[in-house]
Amino acid sequence: MAQNKSSNTIIKGFVLPGLVQPLLSPDANPGYRKIRTAFEKVREEIERSQADLILIYSTMWPSILGHQIQAMPEPEWNLVDEEFHELGTIHYKLKIDSEFAECYNKHALKRGLHSRTIAHHGFPIDTGSVVALKLINPENRIPAVIVSSNIYSDRAETVVLGKAAVSALKEQGKRAVAVIISTLSNRLHADFIDPKDDKINSLKDQEWNLKILEFLEKGRLEDVAQLSRQIQREARVKKVSNFKPFWWLSAVMGAHNRYTGQIYEYQPIYGTGSAVIGLTPALNASRDLEFDEDAPEYYTGERNVLSLSSESMADFSSQQNSGNFDGSTEMENEDNENI
Amino acid sequence: MATEPQKSKTKGAIVAGCLAPHPPHLVYAENPPQNEPRSECGWETLRWAYESMRNELSTIDHDVLVILSPHWRTYVGTHILATPHLKSLSVDPVFPHLFRYSYDIKVDVELAETIHAVCQEKNIPTKLMQNPDFRVDYGTIVTGHMINPLWNKPIVCLSANSVSAYYNLDRMQALMMELGAATKEAIEKSGRKAILLASHSLSHRHFTSENEIPEDMSKEHITNHSLYLWDMKMINLMKAGKSKEMVDLIPDFTEQTIAETESGGLTWMMQAMDYPTYPAKVHGYGTVIGTGNVVASWAPKSSHSAPTAHSTQSGVQSGVQLGTK
Repeated sequence: MAQNKSSNTIIKGFVLPGLVQPLLSPDANPGYRKIRTAFEKVREEIERSQADLILIYSTMWPSILGHQIQAMPEPEWNLVDEEFHELGTIHYKLKIDSEFAECYNKHALKRGLHSRTIAHHGFPIDTGSVVALKLINPENRIPAVIVSSNIYSDRAETVVLGKAAVSALKEQGKRAVAVIISTLSNRLHADFIDPKDDKINSLKDQEWNLKILEFLEKGRLEDVAQLSRQIQREARVKKVSNFKPFWWLSAVMGAHNRYTGQIYEYQPIYGTGSAVIGLTPALNASRDLEFDEDAPEYYTGERNVLSLSSESMADFSSQQNSGNFDGSTEMENEDNENI
Repeated sequence: MATEPQKSKTKGAIVAGCLAPHPPHLVYAENPPQNEPRSECGWETLRWAYESMRNELSTIDHDVLVILSPHWRTYVGTHILATPHLKSLSVDPVFPHLFRYSYDIKVDVELAETIHAVCQEKNIPTKLMQNPDFRVDYGTIVTGHMINPLWNKPIVCLSANSVSAYYNLDRMQALMMELGAATKEAIEKSGRKAILLASHSLSHRHFTSENEIPEDMSKEHITNHSLYLWDMKMINLMKAGKSKEMVDLIPDFTEQTIAETESGGLTWMMQAMDYPTYPAKVHGYGTVIGTGNVVASWAPKSSHSAPTAHSTQSGVQSGVQLGTK
């Protein structure tokens, strides 16, 4: 089987947690230090990858008016986490690929999304993206681009957002590592704890985390993506409409299970299930056990509706599976066809 | 850095409470010198409502503004600003094209520490925020600006604990009632005359796209009629002096309208004020990108006195004319 087409644009994918402890207090708990060490392994892998770009989708950057894409060439600030402010200040100066951000935005708009680039001094770049970039790209050797997570969007928009990134990579001839900033279970402890006593918030969270890890270790990215709604119900605090990062990652990397998964580390950070995971395109796929959702190329849905339950959402489709608005067809991401 | 506690104090009091929403659009439309983007106009009904409320508060002697803000969202306990001076640039993460505001804020650290101490006695999880690099959330800044654009009164800011997301709205109500009672006790101990500010809207379903001209008022309306009906239900209870009934409705209201009452601010404030039975003064209602916002105040008659040196107009006294470029 030929190597999948997306490997031309996405070299590797990573799942990274965004809490500050591995950066600011790695020795407060042996688990935090292990996560820090795992970040360092990811840094080494990215340095070896010869990627042109670190492409980040952060669940810790919520947006309301569509999606926002960071385009400030060198954003610089002193960041204090709003939850763990006592752990100190993070000074950052990042290197952003502004040209790619504009190109990404162009393709998002072309695919029917509402999006825009952001380039304002002092814009509050989310803690998760800053922590990740400080740890995996400390010298800014590779430019990054960060895209927000819209609180109202669901699967169709998120999948199309991922495909827009692939279109932009192809247009610019760039190769990227794709990163999602997200914990697995996201339930923090509701009271203050001694970091030495940290643990996963609940047994149910732990069981779901282990299930996700089992899938990803076998490279079953699309299976996890298609379980996202259930993960949202079972293991996520309902801060947003749905659990979306794996939809984006599978759309960017290719919606299948043909990956080699590597669990670098899995530890509790203040109750959350924090894992450092890598996915590398592979020649052989795990069995495709969970595929049952389609893969829209363009977004044509109505956004200004009240949130519906996922059950009722399943009763209709606002997605256009293929074809441009002018009626022509253009399947820019044909990964599913290669399975 | 804590200030030296006073040796003897008269009993403090909550002299007023305000429902004071924080859409950054209002500051944008005012064109104050602190905010970088410029507007032509916009959201006048709400801005004039704030002007009316500022006029009312100018007749109430007070020492401090105590704000509970949904945009300082914490998951582990309630956090309280406790750094004496905070100065920086606030850029709205959702509307950065409208709100890039240079702020310079004094914090009443002694009152913050007293609220923290009372909460500790009552086993309410709280933490003081003492990092001088901390960036104050834009909800606090918008509400603070619209109430007092000269920033000549110190503030205390409480975070909004996400208890409703972790558990449910009933648990949120219970926590906010405990926090409200603790806030009242702390204010009385402190000797301060305090105005409470619940910084949030009512119904909270946004539009998901924006017009080319953000202040194009021909495009502004409530997202849908059911949200409007719920907003009016709550406002009518305010006007009727039925604050307890209003608070009892908050879980249903919040669920039906995705309301920002989810943050607990209104419950916290009504509990701290012992559920006023006199009518609220509703200064105005308006929508911002589809969300429902009311500017309302509760002030017992005993609070009103001669006007103080309080800033009454946001733009004018800041050196910029209201509503014009």
